[in-house]
Amino acid sequence: MELALSPDQRVLLEAFEQFFRRESAPMVVRRAEPLGFDAELWAALATMEVWGSDASLSDLCVIGEMAGRSVAPVPFAEHAVASRVLGWSSLFSGESIAGFSPRPANEHGVWSVVPAGAVADVIVGMDRDEFVALVSPPPMAGPRNHASAPLADRSARLGELSILGTRRDFDRACAEWKVLTAAMLVGLAAAALEMGVEYVQQRQQFGVPIGAFQAVQHALADLPGRIDGARLLTHQAAAALDAGGGGICDVANNDITDAHALASMAFVFSADIAADSTARSLHFHGGYGFAEEYDIQLYYRRARGWALVLGDPTTEYLALADRLWPDDAPARRAAGS
Amino acid sequence: MDFTLAPAVLAYRERVRSIIAAHHTPQTEHHQHTSGTFNNPALNRALAADGLIERAVPGLGAGDPIELWVLFNEMEKAGAPLDALAMAVMIAGVVQHVGTDAQKAAVIPAVTSGGALICLGYSEPDAGSDLSALTTRAERDGSEWVINGAKMWTTMAHEARWVILLARTDASLPRHQGLTMFLIPMDTPGVRVDPVHTMATERTNATFYDDVRVGDDCVLGEVNGGWRVMGVALSFERGVMGGTNPGVPLLRHTAAWAQESGRITEPAVREKLARVAIDNHVAALLTQRSAWIAASGGLPGLEGSMTKLFASESYQKASRWFQEMAGAEGLLQLLQPGAAAHGWIEYDARHSPVTTIYGGTSEINRNNIAERHLGLPRMRR
Ligand SMILES: Cc1cc2nc3c(=O)[nH]c(=O)nc-3n(C[C@H](O)[C@H](O)[C@H](O)COP(=O)(O)OP(=O)(O)OC[C@H]3O[C@@H](n4cnc5c(N)ncnc54)[C@H](O)[C@@H]3O)c2cc1C
Repeated sequence: MELALSPDQRVLLEAFEQFFRRESAPMVVRRAEPLGFDAELWAALATMEVWGSDASLSDLCVIGEMAGRSVAPVPFAEHAVASRVLGWSSLFSGESIAGFSPRPANEHGVWSVVPAGAVADVIVGMDRDEFVALVSPPPMAGPRNHASAPLADRSARLGELSILGTRRDFDRACAEWKVLTAAMLVGLAAAALEMGVEYVQQRQQFGVPIGAFQAVQHALADLPGRIDGARLLTHQAAAALDAGGGGICDVANNDITDAHALASMAFVFSADIAADSTARSLHFHGGYGFAEEYDIQLYYRRARGWALVLGDPTTEYLALADRLWPDDAPARRAAGS
Repeated sequence: MDFTLAPAVLAYRERVRSIIAAHHTPQTEHHQHTSGTFNNPALNRALAADGLIERAVPGLGAGDPIELWVLFNEMEKAGAPLDALAMAVMIAGVVQHVGTDAQKAAVIPAVTSGGALICLGYSEPDAGSDLSALTTRAERDGSEWVINGAKMWTTMAHEARWVILLARTDASLPRHQGLTMFLIPMDTPGVRVDPVHTMATERTNATFYDDVRVGDDCVLGEVNGGWRVMGVALSFERGVMGGTNPGVPLLRHTAAWAQESGRITEPAVREKLARVAIDNHVAALLTQRSAWIAASGGLPGLEGSMTKLFASESYQKASRWFQEMAGAEGLLQLLQPGAAAHGWIEYDARHSPVTTIYGGTSEINRNNIAERHLGLPRMRR
């Protein structure tokens, strides 16, 4: 058992904490709106020398959390997952951008509202029964959206198609995407809490900092334990995937080591805390939290946007239930009857 | 990060599991819920016979916080009563740390044999969260101390061999400084125990101390050093001695009920079961973290506050969801025909409210986190 980052990961964390703080300041995040992609930041990211294909998912979680802290306008999770699937020797070359559609293409062969869809030259995802990659020119524009994320519809058929594998391979990639997105949401949630804490220490009303009021203190005090829990869960899921998957779902003994279940859990738990952390932090900014000028709104919108591209969280809870209680899963019952 | 348990810990866990399986039975559970005394002496003795209690006492055997966590977490997950044993083990650790040779000789073998219990006499009728306001006093009379006062919520006092009693010994000192911890045999003349019954069947007690005369041999630690002794006890407890996974038996019982009743196929039921499984898992990870910090030489005080807050609040939420889900049958109690989950859902709905009260209320934990973790201004007192 070792619940701290490894010495190498601590180095990684520091390097990327500084990198994103420097290169993805709020000014950069704002400048990238509404598309949600900053080419300069993307190019700068490629200069960081850690992008060998041997980076583990756990290492990428460390970096993803730092990207999340700065709500970096680059498709970090999608690109990392897709380029791992595509077997690129360098994950971030700064040239091609890869996207990942967590949802399968519809019957017309269209991936809808794909994260990174607006900017990626290659999208990987499910179409019919195959896990495919499709190279086609990115629109470099997309529908204006809540998170100012580079979302767009993309065809799964028109372009240069290659077949990557089966649903199993997709499931594995999707689990990786959930874990990296969870890591980013953890970073986002932690940064939003820090912004809230800083604000309530500065802002005075009734002659005292508003952070002295117990109602304010208590709503914020609920958050750090849940954020820490989300981080632990995310790292546990990453470690399970790095170990090749497998594991058990012994719910009766509270012993869940199954990589796919952990990835689901990490995703929904992190999304939930990111939504709460940003909502509370925004609320304690008072009217200013609602003002465009303050940064907390950037976090509030991305907390929702980064998670909801997968769909209604209820669906994910139900998918998790099917892994935890497989004998009673609707699909299993239908097959049996 | 590596979340896996070392082979030795897994082997230890297997031993604990098999002893619990042999001695925590429907009969012992039934006895617990009819007597109101939440303790299983046969289980304690069996754990002791295998050397597991001695190993768990901080500063004695292995003294490994990971083992301490595994022992009490396994008991909690199984639904076995653990608070009485946890108090005894914790206080044995305190005695080992600050006690005299005579106190060690009396207390430690009695606890590690699985026989003796020790209760905590901290809270008073008018001093709960603000413990330093306590008024039970011990006054010098020659070579003796004369103790007078009343304690509230002295759980297991009716079974315990000793009480550790926090009393004011110097009213002229600031509130936290004038307190002394005493280790007093419960059969000392002048000690009285009255039952206090609770909504969740479990019995606790009010205890009264009426001109109780004891010698210096009953002072635990230093005179006027009681607050520090309490700190030692807390540092051993570290949030790893149970109380952070009450949702596990609740989920097990409820999932079994959902399967038996066929409700398991309903999406609304499945969603809630999944959500509670996540919360239980996160509560375990946070507890594991406390154990790991302690094992690495740290003091996970704030982490313990965060864990207790999350675990108890989410358990309460779960117990409400599940009772609502079970509807009318969720109102029926243990052993009643037709009761959802054989009455466990109803039991948890009665039990869960206390978990955000005892062992430090949610508000006190939030105060700690706000002030000491988030660095927000301290406004009270
Ligand atoms: C079943 C049971 C078993 C127990 N066993 C033991 C035992 O064995 N030994 C022992 O010594 N004690 C025991 N206790 C006592 C327990 O530790 C206290 O109940 C607890 O510390 C709270 O104190 P109180 O009940 O006096 O509530 P109070 O302190 O009166 O609190 C009442 C309410 O006010 C809130 N409140 C208090 N102060 C603040 C504040 N500063 N800010 C915001 N809100 C605040 C509390 O959170 C709570 O909601 C037990 C209690 C119960 C119910």
